[in-house]
Amino acid sequence: METTVLLEDDLEDMRMYYRSGKTRGESWRRSQLQGLLLFLKKKEGEIFEALAQDLGKHPIEAYRDEVGSLTKSVNYALNCLSEWMSSKKAKLPLIAILTTAEIVPEPLGLVLVISTWNFPIGLSLEPLIGALAAGNCVVLKPSELTPKCSFLLATALPTFLDGKAVKVVEGDSTTGERLLRQKWDKILFTGSSRIAREVLAAAAEHLTPVVLELGGKCPVILDSFSRSWDKEVAAQRITWAKFNACAGQACIAVDYVLVEERFIDEWLELMKTWIKKLFGENPKQSCCNARIINKHHFTRLRMLLEDPKVQSRVVHGGDMDEDNLYIEPTILLNPPLQSAIMMDEIFGPLLPIITVKNIEDSIQFISSRPKPLAIYVFTERESFRQRIQAETSSGSLIFNDVIIQYLADTLPFGGIGESGMGKYHGKFSFDTFSHHKAVVRRSLLVDFWFRFPPWNEQKLQLLRSAYDYDYLGLLLIVLGLKRSS
Amino acid sequence: MGRETQTEGKPSASFDTVAASAMMKELQAAYCSGTTRSYGWRISQLKCLLRLTEDHGEDIAQALRSDLSKPELESYVYEISMLKNSINLALKELKKWMLPEKAKTSLTTFPSSAEIVSEPLGVVLVISAWNYPFLLSLDPVIGAIAAGNAVVLKPSEIAPASSALLAKLMGEYMDGSAIRVVEGAVAETTALLEQKWDKICYTGNCRVGRIVMAAAAKHLTPVLLELGGKCPVVVDSNINLKVSCRRIIMGKWGCNNGQACISPDYIVTTKEYAPKLIDALKKELERFFGRDALESPDLSRIVNTNHFSRLTKLLDEDKVSVKVIYGGERDQSKLKIAPTILLDVPRDSLIMNEEIFGPLLPILTVDKLEDSFDIINSGMKPLAAYLFTSDNKFRERFVRNVSAGGLVVNDTAIHLAVPSLPFGGVGDSGMGAYHGKFSFDTFSHKKAVMYRGFIGDADIRYPPYTKTKVRLLQALVSGSFLAIIRALFGRS
Repeated sequence: METTVLLEDDLEDMRMYYRSGKTRGESWRRSQLQGLLLFLKKKEGEIFEALAQDLGKHPIEAYRDEVGSLTKSVNYALNCLSEWMSSKKAKLPLIAILTTAEIVPEPLGLVLVISTWNFPIGLSLEPLIGALAAGNCVVLKPSELTPKCSFLLATALPTFLDGKAVKVVEGDSTTGERLLRQKWDKILFTGSSRIAREVLAAAAEHLTPVVLELGGKCPVILDSFSRSWDKEVAAQRITWAKFNACAGQACIAVDYVLVEERFIDEWLELMKTWIKKLFGENPKQSCCNARIINKHHFTRLRMLLEDPKVQSRVVHGGDMDEDNLYIEPTILLNPPLQSAIMMDEIFGPLLPIITVKNIEDSIQFISSRPKPLAIYVFTERESFRQRIQAETSSGSLIFNDVIIQYLADTLPFGGIGESGMGKYHGKFSFDTFSHHKAVVRRSLLVDFWFRFPPWNEQKLQLLRSAYDYDYLGLLLIVLGLKRSS
Repeated sequence: MGRETQTEGKPSASFDTVAASAMMKELQAAYCSGTTRSYGWRISQLKCLLRLTEDHGEDIAQALRSDLSKPELESYVYEISMLKNSINLALKELKKWMLPEKAKTSLTTFPSSAEIVSEPLGVVLVISAWNYPFLLSLDPVIGAIAAGNAVVLKPSEIAPASSALLAKLMGEYMDGSAIRVVEGAVAETTALLEQKWDKICYTGNCRVGRIVMAAAAKHLTPVLLELGGKCPVVVDSNINLKVSCRRIIMGKWGCNNGQACISPDYIVTTKEYAPKLIDALKKELERFFGRDALESPDLSRIVNTNHFSRLTKLLDEDKVSVKVIYGGERDQSKLKIAPTILLDVPRDSLIMNEEIFGPLLPILTVDKLEDSFDIINSGMKPLAAYLFTSDNKFRERFVRNVSAGGLVVNDTAIHLAVPSLPFGGVGDSGMGAYHGKFSFDTFSHKKAVMYRGFIGDADIRYPPYTKTKVRLLQALVSGSFLAIIRALFGRS
């Protein structure tokens, strides 16, 4: 096919461009990061427009979650770049005289970033920051489910960057498969665990290392609080994180809540109140609600609710409008644990609340399920905090807030088990797109004669002492004062 | 102390998927019980491993002699001593390694505190290789235990005496509820690979590396692959030739007779310098191994007939056999091949297109030494690359332009022994790294933990959205204190 040939030629050109060494210098990398900043600034209006059209995202939500967050990340990278690029000295034992050792970061070469639809600008460009800061050439494949964003990235982005080193390839899964058949030096994939398996299998053919940013059912453990202020804030944060982060279509959105049964009425009331406060009396009229991405996902979410055993558990909301791809913020109480809504990642504005007898039971509940990308815990008890930290596993663990770890440049962002592998953000982005090369420089001046054959007992003894860093022993044997045992 | 190791007697198809699955369940239960997570357990297991190594040095050397005819000194230095050092380092540093790392937080998430907590992955699989059967089995296991995981070790069946000894000793010394050894070949490995591991560490060749990664893909299991490649040695003319040759010889023939992932594979030098280099190599080779190298007790043999045939095929290829300028002798009955040097074999010959992993050393000559960069970079990225030079500028260009797992200037193989350096490949030579703290890290999950307070919540991040909120939001996201003040006071 003509387009296949075009793709492979392009990639070969990019490899040659990489080999020319142009992308390695600090000034090139800075220029690319500056280019990203400029893109975000100059194209802000068009980015907002594209996100509004593709997802019904409000510009402020778009700024908060995508443009603003990216701007922060690029600035952070610009500030830290020199430090990240520098070699780090490695400690050597005394016996290694006239030797230096260091770890030198170098680019991997040509990398592939496969992005997704819920934060189409954010999840495309955040990995790009790391890839460019690390000196690589990059191919970006945005999601076809957000065509306006994809188009904007494909047409505008390369004009702000070095078009020989950065290419955006639009297309659907066929294009994705074709890209995956090529040999990359690294692949960063954001999406579902089902597709992730295909990505990893394709990468295995070429021994390509990957970062997989997947999802999972991110639970909230809601303990009791003595102060009503804290309860208000907790309810506000949870409802926000569920219903206002792309209408719950986020990998780190709240999936479900665990709460002690004696407090359920109180928490339910609080959450209903906060939904009203965030979205008004009629949430459908609120401009602050993103849409469901498409009919396929709308149907998927509707079917989660259609199960009669689940439908009967709806205690708030439930209104759906297929034409506008709108689903009202919905709360359910104790849907059956075997139902799809409690087995699959929800990725939408449906919030199951599961009651437990004792809030401590939530630890066992979570640990018996696949490891999620994040666990959120609202508690004021130190002992409970420690138990959760020791007894649960997740990509990240946040106490008394939600989602905010996404903004922290100093924390690794990534999953574990079914929720992913590898990490990025901040320096972790730079590191994930770098090879940390061990470099040892020796002098030709001095050598230990006992390194070389022919072998004898004394040489063995000397080597043993050397490896034990037993310098005195070494000296004694050499001086003939210590006998080989 | 430990329970009987889960070995099925003879490595036969009796360890199948059913057995593997049952073993997995037991190990997962052991891991979930929390036993392996405590500092006390990890230290006790590491100490058991140390005792195992110290008590059975002779048995280990004997097994290596049987499997590889490995000279006693190589066994002690490269396997036993290195293992002891690795364990001692872990014992000394473990407490520090296990501490959470504080992470700075910025104004954007104020008020908050954050840290990165290392936690075990769960149940991990270590598949080892035959050339350093003890080192390459136990070094990863040290990391896995230090990080608090349950471990299954699958030693290579190509070194059967070592495999059996490992199974026996680990069964005697280690906590069998969480640490197991499974002996076997393809069938057993396949059964193991069908399980869902929390990590797999594989040391070996690219072909099997792909198989391991493909199997891991089904379960989204992360992998550490320590593979190989053609490790080049670039030799400049302004060097101390005697010392350089000795170091090259040690890296090549002193490391299991060239059967090591970081052995120099081939040399690149200038046409002008080659004769001097070759003479010096010949002289030092004779000093080390005598005139009849096949008789030297200081050289390992080739591991088995498969590899012996493979290597002789490389040597006997049409346009290659005429390029032998030193050595070439072989003894099939003893599986020995003498140190062999070849000069300017054709670039498209077999010997230049696969990892040699044996005592054959091709030397390629070029007009300018700079041309070596292209030769190296046109191939797959190797596990290691070596340069001998006194020219600092050339040295730095080499460091900058040659990509490999690790680089050593003026020596060979030695970076293996530096625990503060990550040991691993890039591209086809592997992914991930270990040794020292890197072992602990590779078998850990680095969990981001953030603590937030309830005060100081900026409700600006919540709808309904207003102009003031926008300004504040912009300021907050930028992390600029000044901008926040300005926004608060209504200006921006």
